[in-house]
Amino acid sequence: MSNKCIDSGNNAAAHAARLAGVEVVAAYPITPQTPLTEKLSEWVASGEMDAEYVAVESEHSALGVCIGAASAGVRAFTATSANGLLYMSEQLHWAAGARLPLVMCVVNRGVGAPWSVWNDHQDAMSQRDTGWIQLFVKDHQEIVDVTIKAFRLAEAVHIPVMVNYDGYYLSHTYMPFELPDAEAVRAFLPPYVYKHALDPQRPENLNSVTLPDARRDAGGVLRGGYMDIRHNLQQEMHQALAVWEEIDADYRQRFGRGGAPVLEAYRLEDAEFVVVAMGTLANQFRDVVDRLRQEDGIRVGVLAVQVYRPFPARQLAEALQAARGVMVFEKGLSYGHQGALFADVKSALYPWPARPVLRNFIVGIGGREIPTNELCRNLKQACGQDELPPEVADTPNWIGLQL
Amino acid sequence: MPDSRFKIMTSAATSGPGDAGRTGSWRVERPVIDYSRCTPARTGRHACHLCWFYCPDVAVSKTIEPQFDLDYCKGCGICAEECPVGAITMVAEETFAEGGADE
Ligand code: SF4
Ligand code: SF4
Repeated sequence: MSNKCIDSGNNAAAHAARLAGVEVVAAYPITPQTPLTEKLSEWVASGEMDAEYVAVESEHSALGVCIGAASAGVRAFTATSANGLLYMSEQLHWAAGARLPLVMCVVNRGVGAPWSVWNDHQDAMSQRDTGWIQLFVKDHQEIVDVTIKAFRLAEAVHIPVMVNYDGYYLSHTYMPFELPDAEAVRAFLPPYVYKHALDPQRPENLNSVTLPDARRDAGGVLRGGYMDIRHNLQQEMHQALAVWEEIDADYRQRFGRGGAPVLEAYRLEDAEFVVVAMGTLANQFRDVVDRLRQEDGIRVGVLAVQVYRPFPARQLAEALQAARGVMVFEKGLSYGHQGALFADVKSALYPWPARPVLRNFIVGIGGREIPTNELCRNLKQACGQDELPPEVADTPNWIGLQL
Repeated sequence: MPDSRFKIMTSAATSGPGDAGRTGSWRVERPVIDYSRCTPARTGRHACHLCWFYCPDVAVSKTIEPQFDLDYCKGCGICAEECPVGAITMVAEETFAEGGADE
């Protein structure tokens, strides 16, 4: 039996973690993630959730506890935002290198300084090279479904997964969504089994120092060196995309939702121009392209990037082969370069025959309002500007500056 | 459930001396046991062995008179720190004959 509710995005994430049968939660409160961990701690305290809630003094410790729990063969969960995520950064690399299947919700927020509690994507962007799988969702239903599927993905490929959702836009707004039946989730997501789970009967060295070369361990078994282990992480990150699609197909069969787990296209069939965006921004653009099609007759569509790492370069390039222009709108950047997503899209297209005109727009940094009118105006203008000097075309445009 | 198509390579390994190479060459201090204080050595019975338990390089034997494997003892001093009766002293390598260290 499924359960329809109207609730906040943070509570949607809490429901998903509970349904996933999380056994250890270790988290430190940080705006706008706080209500998510408060909800989980309430359920643990009231006995509605059979899990250990470890109150920690920092995010670094929160992920440390989750790493310990996963190493002991226990399904663990944490969540954070912005500076909290950055405080975990060292442990993020550790969890990925140790191949621990953790799931973490990141409620995206601008990174200080200056202090900001509002939404953008700089927190997740800054951690894109840690070896975590990074998923971006667009609404409450996706928070629930993607978080549950994320556990199955993490445990199948043994790579930790970050589920990103926009602070305030999703975390604190109320929307209707459906919770899957707990029994059915248990069937979809079997118990976590870890082959190296800590066991005094079978001592092992886990993630001890590796030397530059592969080595034979005390039992004479050849063990990869650091470079071999990291090479396999890179290979298996890429292979994880296919597994994510399989998991989504299974989920869709059981629960009736899903179908576009990597990239989600909106009105792309005949599109001459394509907007590429992540998170709620991609949903906002559905209104924008509807309006441009109706009022100006511009054939434009939206491509939502839902898996950011591993970067779906081939799928993205294929989806953009027919486009004349591609406009990347994003809420974060690689300072001193350009939008990180834009640079990734550009590099994905380079080996392919069709190279559409590319433009980059930076919006909503630190929660700056993103009026739909402004998106319409800028997109319309960009669609009429094929011929720009290369350097101008390659420079990000900031929308909504108040300088 | 792990996917069988994935190798999931980590640095998990059978623990034992030498998993981190011949760490004896790192040593600047050497642990020395005063067997007149060491509980198993004094009583002739297996007891305590916290030096064996805590050594990160499995360089201490679980014997009535615990012995150090100097090929792998890196001189970290954890055994001396953990010994409940203070039987282990860390002694500078240069005090041993011929430069002391065997590497
Ligand atoms: S810890 Fe100290 S008392 Fe115990 S076995 Fe080792 S040397 Fe002896
Ligand atoms: S000093 Fe003691 S604990 Fe450290 S490596 Fe040597 S024997 Fe082991």
